[in-house]
Amino acid sequence: MTESIKDRVAIVGMGCTKFGELWDKSAVDLTVEAAYEAFQDAGVGPDDIQAAWFGTFYGLTSFGLSTPLKLQYKPVTRVENMCATGSDALRNACYAVAAGIYDVVLALGVEKIKDQGLSGLDVTGGGFPSSNVAPITTAPSVFAMAATKYFARYGLSPEEGKTMLAKIMVKNHHNGSLNPRAHFQRELTMDQVLNAPIIAWPLGLFDCCGVSDGAAAAIVVRAEDAKAFRSDPVFVKALQVCVGPGAGAMDNDYDYTHSEETYRAGLAAYAEAGIRNPRQEVSMAEVHDCFSITEAIVMEDLQFSPRGRVKDDIDAGTFNLNAELPVQPDGGLKCFGHPIGASGLRMMYEMYKQLQGKAGPRQIKDPQIGLTHNMGGQPQAAAVSCLMVGL
Amino acid sequence: MAGFRSYGAYVPLHRIDRAEFNRAWGGFPLPGERSVASYDEDSITMAVEAAIDCLRGFDAKSVDGLYFATTTSPYKERLCASIIAAALDMRSDIRVMDTTGTLRAGTIAIGAALDAVNAGGADSVLVVVADCRMGAPAGTLEQALGDGAAALLVVRDGAAVEVRDSYSISDDFSGMWRADQDQFVRSWEDRMAHDVGYSAVLPRAMIGVMEKCGLSSDDVSKVVYDSPTDMRRHLRIAGELKIPPAKVQDSMFLTVGNTGSALASMMLVAALEEAKAGDTILFASHGNGADAFVLDVTPAIEAVGQRRAIARHLESKRMVKNYETYLRWRDLVTLEAAQRPPKPPTSLAALWRSGKDILCLYGVRCLNCGTPQYSTPTVFGGGNPTRVCVSCRAKDQFEPYCFADKKGTICTFTLDHLAASPDPPAAVSVIDFEGGGRAVFEMTDRDPDRITVGMPLEMTFRKLYTDRGIHNYYWKTRPVRC
Repeated sequence: MTESIKDRVAIVGMGCTKFGELWDKSAVDLTVEAAYEAFQDAGVGPDDIQAAWFGTFYGLTSFGLSTPLKLQYKPVTRVENMCATGSDALRNACYAVAAGIYDVVLALGVEKIKDQGLSGLDVTGGGFPSSNVAPITTAPSVFAMAATKYFARYGLSPEEGKTMLAKIMVKNHHNGSLNPRAHFQRELTMDQVLNAPIIAWPLGLFDCCGVSDGAAAAIVVRAEDAKAFRSDPVFVKALQVCVGPGAGAMDNDYDYTHSEETYRAGLAAYAEAGIRNPRQEVSMAEVHDCFSITEAIVMEDLQFSPRGRVKDDIDAGTFNLNAELPVQPDGGLKCFGHPIGASGLRMMYEMYKQLQGKAGPRQIKDPQIGLTHNMGGQPQAAAVSCLMVGL
Repeated sequence: MAGFRSYGAYVPLHRIDRAEFNRAWGGFPLPGERSVASYDEDSITMAVEAAIDCLRGFDAKSVDGLYFATTTSPYKERLCASIIAAALDMRSDIRVMDTTGTLRAGTIAIGAALDAVNAGGADSVLVVVADCRMGAPAGTLEQALGDGAAALLVVRDGAAVEVRDSYSISDDFSGMWRADQDQFVRSWEDRMAHDVGYSAVLPRAMIGVMEKCGLSSDDVSKVVYDSPTDMRRHLRIAGELKIPPAKVQDSMFLTVGNTGSALASMMLVAALEEAKAGDTILFASHGNGADAFVLDVTPAIEAVGQRRAIARHLESKRMVKNYETYLRWRDLVTLEAAQRPPKPPTSLAALWRSGKDILCLYGVRCLNCGTPQYSTPTVFGGGNPTRVCVSCRAKDQFEPYCFADKKGTICTFTLDHLAASPDPPAAVSVIDFEGGGRAVFEMTDRDPDRITVGMPLEMTFRKLYTDRGIHNYYWKTRPVRC
C-alpha cells in the first residue's frame, strides 16, 4: 500500500539568495548565504543537520555542499534531475525524514551558470560520449516547437499566439517588479514583449526566462517536531516526480502541445494531497515558466484550464497576482531567474513565505495550499516534480 | 555488351549570380550563375544524392561495387567509397575504389568499372563522381567553378547505353593543379593551360576512339565532352571534328559552372535524359590526358525511370543571398564566434557502433505491434536500434527499418536564432514519416519564411561538422526538392 507524505514532514526554515548575474559571488558564496539564511530562519546551526541533499546540474558531487559549509562528516548526496533538480533534492530530504531515519535535514540547490560566459544555457555537455549527430537544439528551440504546434493545433495565428504568450510574461514581470530578490525587476509592456528580437521562432527574447546564478535551501523536520522550531511551519502535502520515457520525439501519437509528465505528476500530487478540484483548492502556484509557452501548457496539464483553452484564462487575468489563482507570485523563472539546481527550492521559498504571510507587497490573501511545478528536459521528454505545501 | 544501365545526378539547390563576385571584387565579370554546395554539402554528400537518384527503382544490395571519383576528397587517408556505399545501404562484399588527382577521375573510374564487369569481376559497379573545387577569392576560377555530382550504373548485361569502345591518352602536362596543402586550384597562364592541357589532347582521344570504331562525325548523334573554364574553346573542338554546334552537349557553364571531374559525367546524364534508342554518343573528358568513349543508346533507355538528374535539379534552385553567404559557407572568413558552448567531442566508438543507423538512417519496426521507430542518438540516451518498443514496450523484437528513403510531413518546427549555425537561423524540424515513425532533424535547403506545420519533407545526406578530422555525416530533412 502506497503511503502518502501528506502532513508527515514540515519545512521550518528556508533561505534564498538574490538571483541574477552575480559576477562578484561564487558558488561557495551562494551556498553559504542560502544555507545560513535557512539555518537562521529555522533556529538551527550546521551541526544540527543530520543529512543533506545537494541539488546542482552543472556542479559536481557532494563536496559542493559539504566543503563550503564545512559540514562535519555527514551523509551528503548530490541530486541531479535536469531543471527539476532543486525540488528533487527537497523530495529526497523529505523522504529521509518521513522514513524516520533523521530528524533535521538540509536540502540545498545552487547554480553558477553565468561563469560559463555563454549566451543561454549549455545543453550539450555531460552524458556519455556520443556520435554527435543529434540536431543542434537549444533550450528555447525545443520549447518553441511546442508553441509552433500549439498555435497550429488550436488555430491561433502567429499574432494571436504571441499575444497570448506575451500576456503571461507581462504578468510575470509585474510580479517580479515587486520582488527585491528577483533577477529582473522591471515591468514590461505588451509592445516590448511582442517586438523583442526572436530567439527561437515563435519565442522572442522576453518569452525566455533569465539564466541566473543563485541558491536556495530548506530545513526539513518531522511534522510532529515542527512547532518546536517555529509557530508557522509549512507542511508538505504532496511530493511527486514523474520522469517520462523521453519518447515524444519518436512517437507519432505525442501531440507536442502538452507535457504528459506534468499532467501525471499533477494527478499524483492531487491524489496524495486529497485535492479534488485543483483550480478551486490550490491557492497559488509557482510553475516552471522557463518559456512563456511552458506556463501556458502547464496551466492545462495541471487542470487549471481546459485543454486548448488557457487563452481564455490568460485573457481574463485568472493567474494574475490577487486574482482567482495567482501563478508566479514571485515573478517565476522568467523574472526571479533560473539557476537550475536552485529553482525548485526557490519556488518553494515563495510558497513558504506566502503561507507564512511574509511575502510583502506580493502577499496573496489567506493562501491555504501552494503548488510548485518544476520541469526538467523538454515538453516531449521531461522530468517533472509537482510538490504541494500548506499550513 | 557492357554499358550504363541507369544514370543520376545532383546539382545543389543553391546558385549564385556571378555578378555577386563582381560586386565584391570588381574586375572581369563572367556571365550567368554557378551552383554552390551548401555549408553542409561536400563531394561525399553530393555523391550520395546522385547515387540515390541513379538507383531509384534498383536494389542497392544488387550492385557489386562502388567507385568514387573526385578531386576534392574530404579525406587524404580514408576510403570515401566505403562511406558512400554505407549510406546507400550496399552489401559489404563489394569492390570499392576512390579515384582522384585529376579532372579525368570520373572517366578513369568509368573505364575501370567497364573493365571490371567485362572481366567478370562484378556484374555491376556504381560509378559516382562529385566535385566541389574552390578558386581563390577574387579570381576567375571562383566565378567559373561549380559544384555537382553524377552517377552511372555500369553493368555487363542489359545496358541502356552500350559502350562500344574507348580510347585513353596519358599526358603529364597539368595546366591546373593543387599540391597536397593547397585549398584553391592553381593555374598556369591560362592560354597555355588550355592550349596544351585541353585543346591539344582532348580531340586526339576523341579521334582515337572514332577511328577504333570506324565512326565518322556524321554518325554521331551527340557529342559530350567537358569544357575548360573557357566556353569558346569548348565549341572549337567540335568544329575541329566537323561536328555541328547543335550536336554539342551544353557544358552548363551559365547555369552550374565547371564541376571539375564531375562535369563530363553530369553532361552525359543531361544528354541521356534526352537520348533515344539508336543514338550514338561520343563522350570524352580531359585531365592529364583524356578518355573517350563511343556509346550506343539501346531501347532499354526507355526503361530507366524518372530521374531528377540534371533537368529537374536545374529547375529547382534558390539564389544565395550574396557573396558573403558564399564566403561563410566555404569557411573563407573568420566570423565572430557565437557565445555558445563548443560542440562536444565526437566519439568514434559511438559512431562505429551506430554506423548503419547513422549513415543509412536505420531504425527498427516492432515485430509485435508493427510500429516503425527511430531513436535519435543523443547524450541523454536514445540511439538505435532501440531495445524496447516505444509503443508496446516489447523487448528486442524488431526488424531493421530504413527511414532514409521515407518522406514525411512537419509535425512542428522552430527557427533557432540562438544556436550557432553557418546558415542562421538553425531550422529544427520534427518529421512524421509516412508509414509511421517520428524524429527530430536539422532542416536544410529551406526558406525560413516558408516553413509550415504539415509541409512535406524528405531526407538528405549531409555533413554535420568536423571534429579532429572526423567528418560527421548524417541525415537532415529538407522540403521535397522536386
